[in-house]
Amino acid sequence: MLATDMHTTTVHPTDALREADRLMVVCNSCRYCEGLCAVFPAMERRRLFKDGDLNYLANLCHSCGACFSDCQFSPPHEFAVNVPRTLAQVRGDSYRAYAWPGILSGLFARNGLAISLITALSVAAFIAGFVAYHDPAVLFGSHEGTGAFYKLMPHNTMVLLFGAVFLFSILALTLSMRAFWRDIAGGNPAGSIGTLFQAIKDAGRLRYLDGGKAGCMNDDDAPTDQRKHYHHATFYGFLLCFASTSVATLYHYLLGREAPYPWWDLPVVLGTLGGIGLIVGPVGLLAAKFKRAPELLDETRFGMDVAFIVMLLLTSVTGLALLVMRATPAMGLLLSIHLGVVFALFLTLPYSKFVHGLYRFLSLVQYARENQSGN
Amino acid sequence: MADLTRQYDVLIVGGGNAALCAAIAARRDGASVLVLEGAPKFYRGGNTRHTRNIRCAHDSATETLTGPYSEEELFEDLLRVTGGTTDEPLARHMIRESKEVLVWLTEQGVRYQPSLGGTLTLGRTNAFFLGGGRAMLNTLYRTAEELGIDVLYDTPVTALQIDNGMFLSATATHKGKPQQVSARTLVAAAGGFESNIKWMTEYWGNAAENFLIRGTPYNRGTVLKMLLDAGVQETGDPTQCHAVAIDARAPKYDGGIITRLDCVVFGIVVNKNAVRFYDEGEDIWPKRYAIWGRLVAQQPDQIAYIIFDASSLNLFMPSLFPPIAADNIRELAGKLGLDADVLDKTVQDFNVGVRPGTFNHNDLDDCRTEGLTPPKSHWARKIETAPFYAYPVRPGITFTYLGVRVDLETRMVMKDGTLAANMFAAGEIMAGNVLTKGYAAGIGMTIGSVSGRMAGRGAAKNARN
Repeated sequence: MLATDMHTTTVHPTDALREADRLMVVCNSCRYCEGLCAVFPAMERRRLFKDGDLNYLANLCHSCGACFSDCQFSPPHEFAVNVPRTLAQVRGDSYRAYAWPGILSGLFARNGLAISLITALSVAAFIAGFVAYHDPAVLFGSHEGTGAFYKLMPHNTMVLLFGAVFLFSILALTLSMRAFWRDIAGGNPAGSIGTLFQAIKDAGRLRYLDGGKAGCMNDDDAPTDQRKHYHHATFYGFLLCFASTSVATLYHYLLGREAPYPWWDLPVVLGTLGGIGLIVGPVGLLAAKFKRAPELLDETRFGMDVAFIVMLLLTSVTGLALLVMRATPAMGLLLSIHLGVVFALFLTLPYSKFVHGLYRFLSLVQYARENQSGN
Repeated sequence: MADLTRQYDVLIVGGGNAALCAAIAARRDGASVLVLEGAPKFYRGGNTRHTRNIRCAHDSATETLTGPYSEEELFEDLLRVTGGTTDEPLARHMIRESKEVLVWLTEQGVRYQPSLGGTLTLGRTNAFFLGGGRAMLNTLYRTAEELGIDVLYDTPVTALQIDNGMFLSATATHKGKPQQVSARTLVAAAGGFESNIKWMTEYWGNAAENFLIRGTPYNRGTVLKMLLDAGVQETGDPTQCHAVAIDARAPKYDGGIITRLDCVVFGIVVNKNAVRFYDEGEDIWPKRYAIWGRLVAQQPDQIAYIIFDASSLNLFMPSLFPPIAADNIRELAGKLGLDADVLDKTVQDFNVGVRPGTFNHNDLDDCRTEGLTPPKSHWARKIETAPFYAYPVRPGITFTYLGVRVDLETRMVMKDGTLAANMFAAGEIMAGNVLTKGYAAGIGMTIGSVSGRMAGRGAAKNARN
């Protein structure tokens, strides 16, 4: 039994939450890590840690690892303080706890397998669909010029299919975020434009993924981690791809210009840049993931983390492959694979690692709100 | 890789702040350096791993320090805590050096941050390490490795071959085998003997068995003992140690700062006989903090209980262990194993003695007792609001004051007054030259960094000649 086990304060439903509570009591009596990130100042505002508080702190943690190597009480010390790993466990559990609809929250268990299966099925469905609706000659033929893609799948069908899955994801994510916000902030509104703007700045710069400007740990206790840069490449790559699709949609409906567009046109330029970011970023993040010191890792969520990164990587790789080979007979197959991957990505967004960004953003909003209101 | 068959220019014994500053300074001056740390890697660094700030003189505010702190002011602070007993030339020299050290540490990669919450009084004088002392230590070790300094962990020095003030070689246990290590100069930076309960009993008797040690079990003073046995002059009061009252439920070793309890002023303190024994409201932090270790050490079984009520619970920093709670004083006595009648009377007598006043725990307020022995001179408020709480406390030993005498360059001085040919000392092992008693936050680190840098430079120069 650990010397600090006796500090019972609040009743929690899971081991991870109980351990997080124990650690926050230890950390709150030390406070040396106050300058490393937002977690510890937020902790200091509290004396008792309810489930919502711990889920808030867990999602506020960017997992920079600095507090682990800085801690005089990390294992093998008998206090066994490992904040990054414990908060990673709580964070992982929180995705499941707030998922909407609850019946689908089971997708977070064995998430890597679930997402692989859904993706494989989606791709297979697109291929099968194209084969079923067209002569195989169309699927494996060459198509060029305006509207080439829509020879395989009418634009309106594509919009309907992707629009539906996109709207479902938005709805599921919104309701999940609402549940999370209620738990961490009670009945409080998200606050002013100021707090939202502060949170956007903090999230956009990954302000708290830098160990308090000393750098992040990943492989060992040396602050050599480059995850911040790879995450920027991934995140902004994703946004550029999203912008590309949005511009293309506007082209289609407002200007009546149909894809594929020439290489110099805005949707292609945005998509290409985003695609490159979405290759460099996920590859770097994956490499860091496999090199990460085991003591910092919640190994039970390894599959979820990897699945999401791989999905982003597949999206960009298949998208760029489609761009390069769109004038060849491979286009049909590549289009079905790309659409299958993107479809699965959107469908599984609310049940994938994607949600980390939203919960972390809301936690940053709450942090800004607490700093502003002083309580 | 460390090569134990070669002769190093400088051998550093110890692995804390002073040792690493000495190693880095010597290496930067061109010396080859071997560091022998007796503790395993995780516990490296002795008391440094539990520190959080350093008190250095500075002429103006910095990014993290709120204002200037002159050499004179730091010297006066030192005089105040030591009651005027210090090696003045050495103290003044070290304080002058501390100005450079504040910057020098950042050149070795150390990062500062503004003072932590709850320590605003130190915001001007003390530079806080980002992430605390272990982060600072990790940085120094990384810098040392980058500079090509060899470090061996788990390698305690078991004997020093010293001939008439001349260091010849050391015997160290490495991977379970005794090894002969030879070097041109020695820097002893292996701390005090606070973890050596047996040694402590020489001065404290069996009471020492009940002391809790705030740092690692590796601060055993073996190197200090060897040096004194080899004819180095001692300094500092051997019976003195820095002791504060810490939670009695803390582990025997290495509970660090988090087991501290700074709530004495909010209640009363009773011993195992359930009676009060000292004025709980005598003085304000940090003095009140530093005297209670000694006071509790003088009580039977070296245990005491801080008793307070619900009105004070949230006035101090949250504690590692929860206070023991009860709905009334008699029940509380039962939970603490104290005589309920006596504790009840102690609390009642105290409550009767409390005079009305305006409570202000940040200042010496006018809430005091009358007709009570011992009195409570400030912050006296009736203990009457349930639930009632108690923390059991024991003496927590931070460090000892006994050390080796050094000159202005941190070169060891022998019993006959001559200077050692090639032996320097840094950190806690020589702190007693300037810090003879008392304590001011961060001054141990100042002594460590400053003397370490001085010793490292001196040793490198000595090795060249």
